[in-house]
Amino acid sequence: MTKIGETIWERLFLLCAIASVVVTVLIFGFMVVLGLPLFKGGHFFYLLTQPWLPSRHAYGIYPMIVGTMFIASLAVAIAFPLSLGCASLISVIAPRPFSRFLRRVVHLMTGVPTVIYGFVGVFLLVPLMRDLFQRGSGMCILSAALMLAVLISPTMILFFADSFEHVPRPYLDAVDALGGRPVQKFIYVMIPCAWRGILTGCILGIGRALGDTLVALMIAGNAIQVPSSPLDSARVLTAHIALVIAADYDSLEFKSIFACGVVLYIFTTIVVLAVRSLGASGRRQEP
Amino acid sequence: MKSKTVWTGLAMALCLLLVSNSGYAGALDAFKDETGSLKIAGGTAHIPVMQEAAKRIMTLNSNIQISIAGGGSSVGIKQVGEGLVDIGNSGRKPTDEEIAKYGLKLFKWATDGVGIVVHPKNSVRALTQAQVMDIFAGKIDNWKALGGEDKGINVYTRDEASGTREVFWEKALNKGEITTRANFVVSNGAMKSAVSQDPYGIGYVSVGHMDETVGPVSFDGVAPTLANVKSGEYKIARGLFSNTKGDPTGLAKKFIDYLFSTEGQEIAAGNGFIPVN
Repeated sequence: MTKIGETIWERLFLLCAIASVVVTVLIFGFMVVLGLPLFKGGHFFYLLTQPWLPSRHAYGIYPMIVGTMFIASLAVAIAFPLSLGCASLISVIAPRPFSRFLRRVVHLMTGVPTVIYGFVGVFLLVPLMRDLFQRGSGMCILSAALMLAVLISPTMILFFADSFEHVPRPYLDAVDALGGRPVQKFIYVMIPCAWRGILTGCILGIGRALGDTLVALMIAGNAIQVPSSPLDSARVLTAHIALVIAADYDSLEFKSIFACGVVLYIFTTIVVLAVRSLGASGRRQEP
Repeated sequence: MKSKTVWTGLAMALCLLLVSNSGYAGALDAFKDETGSLKIAGGTAHIPVMQEAAKRIMTLNSNIQISIAGGGSSVGIKQVGEGLVDIGNSGRKPTDEEIAKYGLKLFKWATDGVGIVVHPKNSVRALTQAQVMDIFAGKIDNWKALGGEDKGINVYTRDEASGTREVFWEKALNKGEITTRANFVVSNGAMKSAVSQDPYGIGYVSVGHMDETVGPVSFDGVAPTLANVKSGEYKIARGLFSNTKGDPTGLAKKFIDYLFSTEGQEIAAGNGFIPVN
């Protein structure tokens, strides 16, 4: 390629990079500007602590923040052991043909649209939960978290498995030479070596669980109470935005969803920053 | 060879046109020479009627494309006001501000009731207004208090954009509170499937949407039936509106005229609504 051609491509890619950064920043600016009436009146902090009762002019999103954190953390708590087990099966324990098959299945699972999980949740999981616990409608935090766990575990499994495969070969050979069993090798060598990948996978999982709308909208019940038990019906921020976006443009209800947007944006930013800083600190400590 | 195929095709199309013309007389004639697309959105109670009307129109003339979306009454009003759709449906009368702001023209083509529903196996089938208010406010939270099983009541309600909710809240609950524990669903169809699946659920749907999958509950001694809504005895009723921004023109006008024709009104009646004419 000629020198000029290279420069042109370079500029073009730079432009793309700048554009994507600008769009991200603009979106944040857009939400802040449209939510400005709320920020100005000092309502923003009220919003974070008040309940949601439009009929009494309270437009707080506190119940949704609690609901979101509850569902997302429970989902990750369920998905983590599941993913760790599955990843260890794929990269350590299972014989080669089976692990390859398993990996394909997991790849396939990453592509399943969330609405499918929502449907399965509504027609299989919700009645099951209702019969099992004999309390409430079955549309609850636990149902949504279980379904979300299934949704986020493929991402986590692939990340875990990848990091296991990057454990330096000599370490593993050393364990083999010492007569260690595969499970010992996994617990004492692979997990400590791959912890950074495991953490990254978890944080990405949290990010996905925070951002998912449809599963929670369909099976968490969307009640506006502050949830206190996993069997309570709850509403997450994204579902809240989806439910309220239909309100009149000029109403405070509508404006309050920009606050939701800002909160979600901040959550996601924190998650991304956490991934970055972990990655950085991990690299420094690498032997 | 090629031209022959074209001619045969044309001849067949002509025959089809003639045949279908003789089959559909009257109200649908207006759509014969139309082409173009019509976008409809809003109230979910309207959807079955909209779909049937659209099906008949598009069967007659495949050059017309009619798309029907839900979203709820407020969405319908908002979208037609913003010019995103041609017809915005609402299961409540648009407010005076909405009418003034968007210059809406309202067309009420049917009346509908909003009925309280429970699971078909639930034995509680009659409630007073006070009981209904207490149930939805969360003060009565066990079916036993109403003569049913000793099980908690699961309240289902609709989202803020719903006209059905608006009417129910105003006329059945006297604008009273709805418990924060209530589950939210997003359409009449979703409400029906939620209640039909939950043995201890209670919710409310358009009378036109009621069928054997849910159990209707009498309100103050009056059953939510067509006849009772029609006679005015059943209190929780509302108009079904199709709204346009300014006077309707072109396809939108013809579509609304069709809803008011004998055939259109029959479709409404067939779907469990009370026609206006």
